[in-house]
Amino acid sequence: MEQINNLLSASNVTDVLFYVFAALTLLCAVLVVANPFSRNPVTSAMFLVLTIISMSGLFLLLHAFFLAAVQILVYAGAVMVLFLFVIMLLDLKEEQRRRIKFFGLAAGLVSVGIVVSIFLKALATVKPNAAEPTLEGETYALGKLLFTQYTLPFEIVSVLLLVAMVGVILLSKKKLE
Amino acid sequence: MNVGLHHYLFVSFMLFSLGLLGVIMRRNLLVIYMSLELMLNAANLALVSFSRFNNKLDGQVLVFFIITVAAAEVAVGLALIVALYRKRQSAHVEDLTSMKL
Repeated sequence: MEQINNLLSASNVTDVLFYVFAALTLLCAVLVVANPFSRNPVTSAMFLVLTIISMSGLFLLLHAFFLAAVQILVYAGAVMVLFLFVIMLLDLKEEQRRRIKFFGLAAGLVSVGIVVSIFLKALATVKPNAAEPTLEGETYALGKLLFTQYTLPFEIVSVLLLVAMVGVILLSKKKLE
Repeated sequence: MNVGLHHYLFVSFMLFSLGLLGVIMRRNLLVIYMSLELMLNAANLALVSFSRFNNKLDGQVLVFFIITVAAAEVAVGLALIVALYRKRQSAHVEDLTSMKL
C-alpha cells in the first residue's frame, strides 16, 4: 500500500498511466461496439472484458482501490462469464450484414450527436480544482461508511439480489404457468 | 498539464456515447446488452472521479451499489433473452416485431 501510494503520488507517472489506461479503455470500447474484422458476439465480449480491466486501472489511479478489485471480481469475473455462457448456450452465428435502414441510422447518429453536444456543454462548465485531492478509497473507510450511514440501502440491495435470483429461476423454468 | 476532473469526465462521456451508439446501431440482442453495460460503467467512472475530486466517499458507495444492481440486472436480462430465444429461435432485434403496429 505504501509503495503504491508513493508511486501514485509521483504526478508525471500517473499522468502517463492515465493516458495509457484511457486510450486502452476507449479503444477496446470502440472494438466492442464496431469491430471492423469480426461481428461475432464472443469477440465483443472479450473486448468488453479488456475495457473493464483497463477501467479498473483508472479506478486505481483515482485511489479507489476497493472498487478496482470489485470491478474485476464482479464484472470481469462473474458478469462476463455469464455473458459468455449465454452466448455459447444460444450458439449464435455471425451477425449477418443486413441492409441498414437509412432513417434508423440517421436518427441514431442525430441522437448521439445531441447527447455529445450536451456533454461538451457540461464539460465546459467544470472548473479545475485548485487543491490536490486527498481522498483515499480504502476498504476500511468504505466499509465503515457502508455499515453505518448506508446500512438500510445495503439491506435493501441484499433483498434485491434475492428477488433477482427467484426471478431468474422462475424465468428459466421450462414451462411458465 | 496535470490530469484533473476534466480528463476523467471526458473519458466517461466518450464511453457513454459509444455505448449509446452501440445500443442504436447494433442488431444483436446480446451486443446491445453489452453496450448497456458500457454505459453503466461510464456512469461509474464519472461517479468515482467526482468522489475523488470532491473529497467525499459517498460516490464510491453509490458505485458499489450500482455494481451490485447491475449484476442482478444482467442475470435477469440474460434469463429473459434465453427465454425469448427459446420461443423465437433468434436473437436479432429485427425478428422480434410482434408488438409493432
